[in-house]
Amino acid sequence: MEGFIALYIFMLAAIAGYEIISKVPVILHTPLMSGSNFVHGIVLIGAIAVLAHAESLTQQVIGFIAVFLGAGNAMGGFIATDRMLSMFADKKIKK
Amino acid sequence: MLNTIVQFSFFLSAVLFIIGLKQMASPKKAQKGIVWAGVGMLIATLASFLVPNLQNLSLILIALVSGSALAYVSAKKVAMTDMPQMIALYNGMGGGAAAAIAAVELINPIAEHSLIFTTIALSGAMIGSVAFSGSIIAFAKLQGWQKKQVSLPAQNSLNAILLIATIVLAYKLVQIPDATIILTIFFVCALVLGIMLTLPIGGADMPVVISLYNALTGLAVGLEGFVLQNPAMMIAGIVVGASGTLLTQLMAKAMNRSLFNVLFSNFGATKSSDNNQDGKEMKAIEASDAAVNMAYANQVIIVPGYGMAAAAAQHKIWELTQLLQQEGVTVKFAIHPVAGRMPGHMNVLLAEAGVPYELIYDLEQINAEFSNTDVSLIIGANDTVNPAAENDKDSPIYGMPILKAQNSQNVIVIKRGKGTGFSGVQNELFVADNTKMLFGDGQKAVADLINAIKSL
Repeated sequence: MEGFIALYIFMLAAIAGYEIISKVPVILHTPLMSGSNFVHGIVLIGAIAVLAHAESLTQQVIGFIAVFLGAGNAMGGFIATDRMLSMFADKKIKK
Repeated sequence: MLNTIVQFSFFLSAVLFIIGLKQMASPKKAQKGIVWAGVGMLIATLASFLVPNLQNLSLILIALVSGSALAYVSAKKVAMTDMPQMIALYNGMGGGAAAAIAAVELINPIAEHSLIFTTIALSGAMIGSVAFSGSIIAFAKLQGWQKKQVSLPAQNSLNAILLIATIVLAYKLVQIPDATIILTIFFVCALVLGIMLTLPIGGADMPVVISLYNALTGLAVGLEGFVLQNPAMMIAGIVVGASGTLLTQLMAKAMNRSLFNVLFSNFGATKSSDNNQDGKEMKAIEASDAAVNMAYANQVIIVPGYGMAAAAAQHKIWELTQLLQQEGVTVKFAIHPVAGRMPGHMNVLLAEAGVPYELIYDLEQINAEFSNTDVSLIIGANDTVNPAAENDKDSPIYGMPILKAQNSQNVIVIKRGKGTGFSGVQNELFVADNTKMLFGDGQKAVADLINAIKSL
């Protein structure tokens, strides 16, 4: 990938991220932080790619750790966010 | 063809992440948002198995399954009140994963590393490592494993030296990429830096710190996405990095402090000077008297703080609210932007207990109302209602906007003991003439109030 294309992607993604959160009500700050915590769990696919091409034992060990940590980030982030948001939903049904 | 499918799946997942996050920003669609993002993650994960020449498949599956299973069980089992530290933990794992990816790429002897490649990989590695070890310390602090504030003499200069050392090592690595020993020392320095940065930070500042590390992990993931030439990682990581940075700023602003101040002033650690209280004493009140006060009031404002979360008293609070409403009392909740350990922490807990949104008010909405209020019930809040923030220039929390509970006719404070808040600052509200203290565990004290109102 050309360096400058990467720079454009960085810029546009940064603007998107800034825009998304700029109009958020306070009550959603915690779920949203948790949600964005889940989204960077995408590191998992990078970890898988790295371990999939690991040659030496050192690379395999570190790659294994990467996949393990990435999977924990993704799964934990999802469940935590889902649990938090479901409380908002439950209440509406009760009311 | 296969490669096109993989690339398209990654593209799709990036789109789903952005849609998901956007929906999470609105209360009505929030729950759909996480499902969208979840589908995106699933697609991306499955697609990454379609890459040609996949090796170590069993290793990948073992790591994937064990990591997910561990996180699944812990996230399901943990109490809602402990959620902030779990978010810190999962965030740390993400940062660690980004750092580990960088490590594997940097020790790859075959690949020809360009200057930009090495620089970006090292930047991501450093940021990811700091986010990893810092988040783990934040987790340990919130979990209560590390109660004391540790602050070494000349902490800030020490951190500065560590930071410079890490950068110098990174510079060396750009010049001689294959130096494994330097690389190892580089990682150790970055990890220690994360620990050192987080250790002296007080409990009350943890929300800001967790949010900051969340943004840093996002940035690290984005940078490693460039290293791996994976646009989905780049986009998702940078979106989180940017939104996390903004969220961190919003939170620091809510405390009327700069981020710099939060990180480097060792707030809460050193400020234990007892402001003289003019010999005033706290006045205790019995639950039965407090109950009478509240039951015959026109309007009661409840101000929850971290103590409510610690005592898991939110359900009892809602029960109390409903009882008071039956008595014809108007009950409102006042939420300070930094109440609890995360922004919106109180809102989540109150939502869990079933308190409707309509009863919950922000600082700006409710502050004018305190003067028309008969009773303010403060449960587990301290610094967020401390008038010193308004009238004591020497106070470390001077300038932070507070809930002006002192303006109401009566203030009842539920508090476990006579200690200070996390900032370590004495609270003159507690010794004010119109304040009575109801000492005890939050949940038990509220239960006593409920029983007392029932028996009126």
